[in-house]
Amino acid sequence: MEVIRSQKRTPSNDTVSNPKIPLYLTAPQMEVRLEEFELFAIDRLRVLKGVSDGLARGRNPKEMDDLVDTLWKEHMRDPDASVMLNKDIISHFVLRLVYCRSDELKKWFLSMETALFRHRFRLQNFEAQRAIVGEFGLPYKAVTGAELEGLKERLGQVVRSLGQISPTVEAVYYKVPFEEVPDLVASRRVLIQKGFAFVAGSQLVSLVVTQFRSHISKALILTNRKWTTTIREREKDRLTPIVEALSTSYLGPDYSQSTEYAEISLKDIDQVAKSSFPLCMRHLFEKVREDHHLKHGGRMQLGLFLKGVGLKLDDALAFWRAEFTKKVGSERFDKEYAYSIRHNYGKEGKRTDYTPYACQKIILSAPGAGDHHGCPYRHFSEDNLRAALGRMGLSSRGMEGVMDQVRNKHYQLACTMTFEAVYGTSCDAGINHPNQYFEESQKILKSKTPPAPV
Amino acid sequence: MTREEIESREDESMMDAPQMNNPKPEEFFNVNYLRIYYGKSNLFPYSDIHKWLSYGHDGKHPGCDEYYFGRREFSFTLENDVYLRYKSFKNASSMEDAIKSHFPYKIDIGAVYSVDPDKRHAYSQTGTNVFTPVERELVFDIDITDYDDVRYCCSGADVCSKCWPLMTVAIKVIHTSLTEDFGFKHILWVFSGRRGVHCWVCDPKARRMTNEQRSAVAEYFRVYKGNENNARKVALMGYSLHPFLARSYVDYLKGFFEGELQATQSIFSTKDKYEKILAMISDEDIQSELRGKWENSARSSLSEEAISLVRWEQLKNTLQSKKHKAPTLRMCVEEIVFTFTYPRIDLEVSKQMNHLLKAPFCVHPKTGRVCVPIDPNNCDDFDPLAVPTLSQLIEEINSGGSRMDVDDDDDSDTSLLGKSIKFFRSSFLEPLLKSCKEEIESSYKTKIGKSKDSLSW
Repeated sequence: MEVIRSQKRTPSNDTVSNPKIPLYLTAPQMEVRLEEFELFAIDRLRVLKGVSDGLARGRNPKEMDDLVDTLWKEHMRDPDASVMLNKDIISHFVLRLVYCRSDELKKWFLSMETALFRHRFRLQNFEAQRAIVGEFGLPYKAVTGAELEGLKERLGQVVRSLGQISPTVEAVYYKVPFEEVPDLVASRRVLIQKGFAFVAGSQLVSLVVTQFRSHISKALILTNRKWTTTIREREKDRLTPIVEALSTSYLGPDYSQSTEYAEISLKDIDQVAKSSFPLCMRHLFEKVREDHHLKHGGRMQLGLFLKGVGLKLDDALAFWRAEFTKKVGSERFDKEYAYSIRHNYGKEGKRTDYTPYACQKIILSAPGAGDHHGCPYRHFSEDNLRAALGRMGLSSRGMEGVMDQVRNKHYQLACTMTFEAVYGTSCDAGINHPNQYFEESQKILKSKTPPAPV
Repeated sequence: MTREEIESREDESMMDAPQMNNPKPEEFFNVNYLRIYYGKSNLFPYSDIHKWLSYGHDGKHPGCDEYYFGRREFSFTLENDVYLRYKSFKNASSMEDAIKSHFPYKIDIGAVYSVDPDKRHAYSQTGTNVFTPVERELVFDIDITDYDDVRYCCSGADVCSKCWPLMTVAIKVIHTSLTEDFGFKHILWVFSGRRGVHCWVCDPKARRMTNEQRSAVAEYFRVYKGNENNARKVALMGYSLHPFLARSYVDYLKGFFEGELQATQSIFSTKDKYEKILAMISDEDIQSELRGKWENSARSSLSEEAISLVRWEQLKNTLQSKKHKAPTLRMCVEEIVFTFTYPRIDLEVSKQMNHLLKAPFCVHPKTGRVCVPIDPNNCDDFDPLAVPTLSQLIEEINSGGSRMDVDDDDDSDTSLLGKSIKFFRSSFLEPLLKSCKEEIESSYKTKIGKSKDSLSW
């Protein structure tokens, strides 16, 4: 795959004609524009994150099929089928570069791509599925004639054992070494004899998914080797920064420009904190009021959040000053703290307008002694978390659901469940940014209060 | 143990052993006996174990990997529960030397790794030279304590002639499946020394299975899903049994349940016992109907066993006529039979390549019994209470009847352990090594052929 800068798009002449789902067996021989390199990857990443979210919510296979269909149409579709196919292939290979670089990244990518493949496969008709099996070059022969006759009775037993009262022994069965279909063996969904499993046509998905997974797993190892030995260095001014940013990218709005919903003023801030802040920010806010101080991590996390909710620089300075001067005095405040608040708003130094932290970043932070930042669902002890949730008004039943998510390390889902419990409404998109929590909360609260009379 | 102690032990000649004569009957095991067991080279079969675990690579053929045995992990558990992992040995004599210097209470066999376990720290965990398991037998562990909820004669560590047959049935069911369904050929069953059995599947295909594949086989065998929170621990759904379960039921489980099990456990004879079974029937009306019949049945002169059989028939008839009431009743009779008789394997042991398992021919420290092989084709004849103990072996030595220290097929070896060693060799080791030799030779030929082809035009 060659990445070029030119505006002209070179048509790919290596499009695989038949299968609707490419198998990513070999790297494509085509030219890619630099912008597409990143954009295609981001779109695919949205799909994979959607898959991840669906699995974490325990969606059943049929629901996952529908979810994948929706996600794919939303992010990867193009009126031109060959363009769509190219995007599919290119984005996959770019993400291989991104996700080959550590065991954790590899594991996530492998799981999501395998799940994506599984559900896309399930959505295909039988002929298309057969074609894909063929593409894998699997040497499995269909069982026919006398051999099939001899197995018919037991094949029928298998079908009946799976809940079908009148066994429709399918027309086509494949004789496959049992090692190739571990999930069918584990759930006793196939007849096994002398080391071979007899896989029905309708069970092909198991077969191909195992192959797919195994292939991608090996490919990731090779890609990692190539990355660390050649590509990373060679591309350090061009592709490497893009690749490195992609794995940690947060894909939602960045809340650096506050919206009309979100302007708050200093006099409202306590009330708004109580009604609309997510737990992480409530905690930091309470601590500022209580201790009249916050360490650096907390100042960054809360400060940028407040910027995102629409607190103007002057109001921000007034807020922090009012609290900090109770402890450190006005002179020290001006000397040590005011500068960094202005810095956060882009008024100092290199004048970068810093963006408020997304959940991903907050969860990964490492609060130490005396710190209050981070994600309470991750960083609080169970007792402290329960107490804090209690103060937010959660019932003990609501709390159990949240604690369950916490135990399974689904911190954002825990926060989402808290949101849903507090506002009595569902949040299907899931919380992935504190400012998103705030905005959604404000939307709900404003829709409940009648507009003030003019 | 200090060096002086080791040396003084080795100086002891056989004739000093009579001082330890006349052990108390309950003292089946002690450290001194253990030292003799491992010390005398015609008891613990060092070279057989080495030959087995070399899988032919200790030969002279160019296709042999002379370092193969050295990459196998062993672990020793010493007196005072000191545990030594990642032990590896170049060859049979260094294995023998290590065992003779530690006299471990337990020897476990682990996986064959990518590099010598002893040297694993020399290899980084990333990149190509990772320390990782590459081969390991497919193993199963069945322990009778997992059946405590369905055996009434013993509980915990005890085992007797009434409940041991549960192990026998387990061996039959699993062994048949391993050979008929999975096509495995080189299977070794071993007594665990006290209350269970281990199974070692040694085919090359089995040794190369991934964790996922092992897990799949373990799950294939899993039927019982019990904990204290559910009364119905076996749930057979669908309209018929899977052919594997059907065969197990028809060939082994049904007959065992209605025959031997009823005779030894009388599972319906008291209220406590039959309530447990009634709880497995998911229909209150049927439960009450049967309870009514049994609660008030006259104190007859029938034996416990006869009462149990009568009640079983009543249960079957009632369920037969009512089974269409609900899907959960369809195979209720079979579920009850499976709950009491179907093998319960320890899934965790089978699922991971790096799981260690006790070596055959070890001695169990609590019972003194040797972990001898069991013939799966004659497992009805196996009696765990007749397995030679350490003290019996020592006494045999003292009376001059010890095992011949030879490798031949001399039938004159009538020693206690001789029969087991002979079985190990003829039924398991020889066929295995023959097939290993063939495999090494043919894969070597293929490799040579491939490189020859690459040179040809």
